Amino acid sequence: MTDAKPILRLDGIVKTFPGVRALDGVSFSVMPGEVHALMGENGAGKSTLMKVLGGIHQPDEGAIYMGDDRVVMAGPLEAKAKGIVFIHQELSLAEELSVAENIYLGELPRKSFGRVDWTTLTDKTNAILKKLNVGFDANTLVGDLSIANQQMVEIARALTVDAKAVIFDEPTASLTDAEKSVLFDVISDLQADGVGIIYISHRMEEIFKITDRITVLRDGQYQGTVNTRETNEESVTQLMIGRKLDLTRNASHHEIGDVALEVRNLSCGKLYKDISFEVRRGEVVGFYGLVGAGRTEIAETLFGLRDPSAGQIFLDGQEVRISSPADAITRGISLVPEDRKGQGLVLGMNCRDNMTLPQVDDLKAGPFVAEGAEIAIFDQYRDQLDIRTPSWRQQVGNLSGGNQQKIVIGKWLSMHPSLLIVDEPTRGIDVGSKSEIHKLLRALAAKGYAVMVISSEMPEVLHVSDRIVAMYSGRIMRTFTSDEVTEDNLIQAISGIKADQAA
Amino acid sequence: MATVSKQQIGSVLAKQGILIAFAVFIVAFTFANSKFLTVDNVFSVVRSSAILGVMALGVTFVVISGNLDLSVGSMMSFSTIVVLDLHDKIGPFLAIPAMFAMTLALGALIGFLVGYLKLNSLIVTLGMLSAIHGLTLTYSGGKNMDIADKEGTWFSVFGQGSALGIPVPILIFLLLAAFLGLVLSKTPFGRKVYAVGGNGTAATFSGIRRARTVFFCYIISSACVATAGLIQASRSLGSQNTVGQGLELEVLAAVILGGASLMGGSGTIFKTVIGVLILGFIQNGLLLLGLQFYVQFVVTWIIIILAVWLDIAAKRGKLMSPIA
Repeated sequence: MTDAKPILRLDGIVKTFPGVRALDGVSFSVMPGEVHALMGENGAGKSTLMKVLGGIHQPDEGAIYMGDDRVVMAGPLEAKAKGIVFIHQELSLAEELSVAENIYLGELPRKSFGRVDWTTLTDKTNAILKKLNVGFDANTLVGDLSIANQQMVEIARALTVDAKAVIFDEPTASLTDAEKSVLFDVISDLQADGVGIIYISHRMEEIFKITDRITVLRDGQYQGTVNTRETNEESVTQLMIGRKLDLTRNASHHEIGDVALEVRNLSCGKLYKDISFEVRRGEVVGFYGLVGAGRTEIAETLFGLRDPSAGQIFLDGQEVRISSPADAITRGISLVPEDRKGQGLVLGMNCRDNMTLPQVDDLKAGPFVAEGAEIAIFDQYRDQLDIRTPSWRQQVGNLSGGNQQKIVIGKWLSMHPSLLIVDEPTRGIDVGSKSEIHKLLRALAAKGYAVMVISSEMPEVLHVSDRIVAMYSGRIMRTFTSDEVTEDNLIQAISGIKADQAA
Repeated sequence: MATVSKQQIGSVLAKQGILIAFAVFIVAFTFANSKFLTVDNVFSVVRSSAILGVMALGVTFVVISGNLDLSVGSMMSFSTIVVLDLHDKIGPFLAIPAMFAMTLALGALIGFLVGYLKLNSLIVTLGMLSAIHGLTLTYSGGKNMDIADKEGTWFSVFGQGSALGIPVPILIFLLLAAFLGLVLSKTPFGRKVYAVGGNGTAATFSGIRRARTVFFCYIISSACVATAGLIQASRSLGSQNTVGQGLELEVLAAVILGGASLMGGSGTIFKTVIGVLILGFIQNGLLLLGLQFYVQFVVTWIIIILAVWLDIAAKRGKLMSPIA
């Protein structure tokens, strides 16, 4: 492989947008049969680089080579025709159509009079699906498949063209471990066929498991390329953020105050049953479990988005019925929701308006919104949370994921909640912002906030929580203090194994 | 810094494209016909646009909230017929508030169906277009409505009067535009309208009562329709049952020409006013050029489709969709 020529090479790419130099002379190459990781914090320029490669953006300077030839990607179709295939994080499938129709959409095999040749279509599709070793066939409706299997359909689609390079953008974000290993098998098959793989992910484990080389970008600049075997997580992280990352267990101890929230025997149909716990001021309680364990549903109930079917909720000792989010907010509950773009932000609105949205009725000067007060709030949380944006006028949709999340967090901190619920606070954001958010959650607890953290990432839960509630299939299996918890007993608890008590 | 300012100019151009198109259009027509840019003609255009304009102000709220209102045309017929009928029965002093109350009730019904029951606004308002038309015909018995004593009523002031040398319909339009412009851009309610239209789920997660916000958008829309009906009735002092027919599309056209997105979450009152004026001047200009009246319909819609196309093209930086 050492004397082989790169299958694809980007050389000195520069791309500027109004006010931002998104890519500043970035170079990147992929060998045939190589898995090359592209890493960097959100906003580092990974997406922009891939958009240049995909023909969505044209570079201001620099060139793209395939083999020895310089190529210009005039648009997505041309990139595809040249064998550059993208597997996107957000799927673009027609749910009402079958797997086969999705895979060959636009290139359906034809018979006379333009009729679709269903036999050929089904056979060709099944041949590809067989290679991928999946448990569904060509005629399954895509809408009936799990997200993981839908992703397999995207991959199958990629395999229909003569792919030279395949780009995976955060492919494992919603996959289970079993599904991941199928994906990795597919990737190694592609590798064996001499395809170049560009693998974008924030997950170090995966990067070190499957990649050959790692290229790191920071603030639009090329930081270096390293052989995966010759480096480790720490030095890659350092390249990415330019400083050291603290992922030790939380050791800070401060006064734990009164009970802010108590939940007694709360149930909601089949979603969760007989849930009891309490959160004290000055305490971070982590909720850990698999997707579907009922954690988000509990948060939604506390925020007035779902009615419980039984049980009681007490805030500061008073029993309450929370009827709507507006009601929850007046009672001092804040929820940083799971889906930042869908639930947390109005992407077309500016930063300031997003941040003050829950309290816009209270910020008044006469009949009008007091814009001065709004800007003051924005400035305060921009400084406190280190939100990077040229101005409050910036549309939130233009910010990076980490900065968007900070806007959501700022929005709810500015409400001075007595109970702060954060659901997957660091999903899809870069390590640097991640550790800042972790520190922030600890600092909030130290200030006397009662904090509930829902997370699917074990290191995160272990790192930020004073106590951990382990859930499995709608039930609380066990509550751990930070002294008793270990990775093993936590995994057992969320898998529904009560071995701990028996042992 | 020089490059930044250049880019800023570019973004201003993209944002104010509709204003620039408007200016180009005015200049072109002025060269084509010397009567076009005279005080008399401008007044006549704005006055004839005032009814459409008042309705467009209300529909702007509805569209920004992410909904449609196709019932405004037939609702305007309803208001006009009702106020003319009541004028002779209970006198103009009572007729006007009674007509407003009835029109607002219709708006409240639509607001309830779309806001609280979350029914699709296209279906609801399309149904209401037809239902209100039937209601108007039932009310009038299918006859035209006329005020008996056309000379002796002060009621004509809203449509025919003038103050400070400005026709009253123009005054009403501009004052209402200024007022609703402030409501939309400066008040908490206005902010919520943008939030609900921009991302309804996120608005709910921020504690905004989405149903209530949508409800009040339809209330504002029906209040504007009632005002438009008042001007219409006062101007002609007699009316057919179908006076507002087809206006719903012209109103929507003006709002879209102004640059509001049918997806919700964007648009302003100022832009809608520009959209109304463009529509008015196009139609007037075509008449001055001596084109047959019916040709207007075709040309107007060609221009609207062009405007929407250019707007989208400016946003994506290409004339054709990148995903063919």
